[in-house]
Amino acid sequence: MLRYVAKRLLLLVPVLIGLSILVFAYVRALPGGPAIALLGERATQESVEAINRELGLDQPIFVQYLRYAGNLIQGDFGSSVLSRRPVVEELLDRFPATVELGFAAILFAVLAGVPLGFIAAKRYQGVLDNASLVASLIGISFPVFFLALIMKYIFAVRLGWLPSIGRLDITRSLEHPTNFYLLDAVIVGDWAAFVDVVKHLLMPAIALGTIPLAIIARITRAATLDVLSEDYVRTARAKGLTTAVIDRRHILKNSLLPVVTVIGLQTGLLLTGAILTETVFAWPGVGTWMLNAINNRDYAVLQGGIVFFAFLVVVVNLLVDVSYAFLNPRIRYQ
Amino acid sequence: MPLLEVRDLQVRFSTRGKTVYAVNGISFDLDPGDTLGIVGESGCGKSVSSLAMLGILPKPAGRVHGGQVVFDGEDLLTLPDERLRHIRGNDIAMVFQDPMTSLNPVLTVSRQLTEALRTHLDLGKKEAAAEAASLLDRVGIPDARQRLRDYPHQFSGGMRQRVGITMAIACRPKVLIADEPTTALDVTIQAQILELLRTLVREEGMALILVTHDLGVVAGICERTHVMYAGRFVETAPTGELFANPRHPYTVGLLKSVPRLDAARKQRLDPIGGAPRDQTSEPTACAFAPRCAYASTESWEQLPVLRELDGATGPAAHRVACWNPVPEQDLVAAGIRQAPTGRQTGDQPDEERQA
Repeated sequence: MLRYVAKRLLLLVPVLIGLSILVFAYVRALPGGPAIALLGERATQESVEAINRELGLDQPIFVQYLRYAGNLIQGDFGSSVLSRRPVVEELLDRFPATVELGFAAILFAVLAGVPLGFIAAKRYQGVLDNASLVASLIGISFPVFFLALIMKYIFAVRLGWLPSIGRLDITRSLEHPTNFYLLDAVIVGDWAAFVDVVKHLLMPAIALGTIPLAIIARITRAATLDVLSEDYVRTARAKGLTTAVIDRRHILKNSLLPVVTVIGLQTGLLLTGAILTETVFAWPGVGTWMLNAINNRDYAVLQGGIVFFAFLVVVVNLLVDVSYAFLNPRIRYQ
Repeated sequence: MPLLEVRDLQVRFSTRGKTVYAVNGISFDLDPGDTLGIVGESGCGKSVSSLAMLGILPKPAGRVHGGQVVFDGEDLLTLPDERLRHIRGNDIAMVFQDPMTSLNPVLTVSRQLTEALRTHLDLGKKEAAAEAASLLDRVGIPDARQRLRDYPHQFSGGMRQRVGITMAIACRPKVLIADEPTTALDVTIQAQILELLRTLVREEGMALILVTHDLGVVAGICERTHVMYAGRFVETAPTGELFANPRHPYTVGLLKSVPRLDAARKQRLDPIGGAPRDQTSEPTACAFAPRCAYASTESWEQLPVLRELDGATGPAAHRVACWNPVPEQDLVAAGIRQAPTGRQTGDQPDEERQA
């Protein structure tokens, strides 16, 4: 197993190299450039060239890439053109916010989606099954930002139950040893802040988790239906086990196998969804950061952000594959 | 009072407005230590009958339409599910056909063996594990203690079926139902598994119901055999008698379609023509009539019931549900019986036999 993990991590190297080349070429293919973004449309040719020279953008593209790659190996992602801060520093500021949001969203999707799909399968073609089908289709086809706006309107504006933006009430001060606010609140032992963080997290997590929730519910349902007609479930019944044991031990454990894979695949989508959700809820995460970078042609930030996203997706999928091996003894990674 | 008394069991399946009459009134008794074979081709209702007895028909399509399954004085068909659950796996257990699919792939063998022990016998974790190891040892799995930690896919087919049998006999049931226990195995393994079943049944004093399509399998184990066709028993007799003196045209057809070592080498097998009855209507006549050379007007119009063939009653009784039982000379012609005088099993002192 360890060897397998090491191999997968080693495979990450060519993936990241390939990806960095693609991203490098891609961001430069966008019309405009950082100079225009900094100086505005009416900048003179000379000042644009001066900035390009300063940023090294006057060099041939492969020279630029080699220089970039050389810095990357030393852990230097370059600096943001706008803020002048190193990309790594900004990333460390912002990625805990996105990871916290993504984790909460997946947690919501799994905790609600798996039971929903399971019950729907057990009541195959019953009212609940059909209701969950309709709800899932709505969930899948509803745009994330629109759902976010509606929730904001209802729960923040109309009812005033939940805060509408940010990660923490601005009047509240909380130390940030990790930048994962939930963890910070626990470490500091500030429970009022913890509750406040949860309240801030609730709507963005639900908005972001709705599509994965619907997909997980559908997959769980389909997988459970398959498992229900398996011979080993009949065997379990013939043994005289209680329904609860049959459901949990014999059915659910098997029907979760495909669900785990889907969770891995959803992470990629979740990160794209995060850009929309973070924008609507003014969530100071990687999503909003990248959106700004796109608008400002902030090449270093875009490159760093996308490579980081890719890294995250690969790592999550590795975690999924490893946990899959624990769930499914027939798989043994060599 | 017999241990298990099945009376007029009827099972139906309904799907999309269609009703399938799977089992149409079967009755039999089972005493402790009895070995009973139920033989028939695919779809005749033999497996469904056993599932119905245990109350584990596939829901919601399958349901018991009528009859009684009396075990220990209680009718299992009307028992509340919780009470029936205590009987399942504990008093009446089942071995299934395909050991590749009937074991849970994600649970260790230990887990699957001990869960029944812990549910029914209230054993602790350690006691159950020790018992599981000794059971595995008993069914001939080497390194039993080690193998407990393995998953089903780490066992060969024959070994898996041994595990399946272990799971069934774990709580020392009074009745063991084996549903095609050897069908999915290759021939050499089949013999081993049958031998194992035979030994276990004898040593534990369990009653065995062996459900199979293979006449060769019942021949080796069962004292008595019921031949099933289209959800009904068409012939029932002590196994030796059934093989020597089959009277239902279907039984004769089955016997003729089995390859025999003592037959002439080039002799072709003689399959039963036609297809099994479409079970979507309730049988009102002999279900075998369309495939039967002996069918008469009566066969097409009236449902034959099991009738004693001759004087013998009790355990020796030979019953057949047929308007026109196969005559003696045809059995001889078919090579099932030797020409007169060649027979040893003489439990039927009737003149027809000597003729």
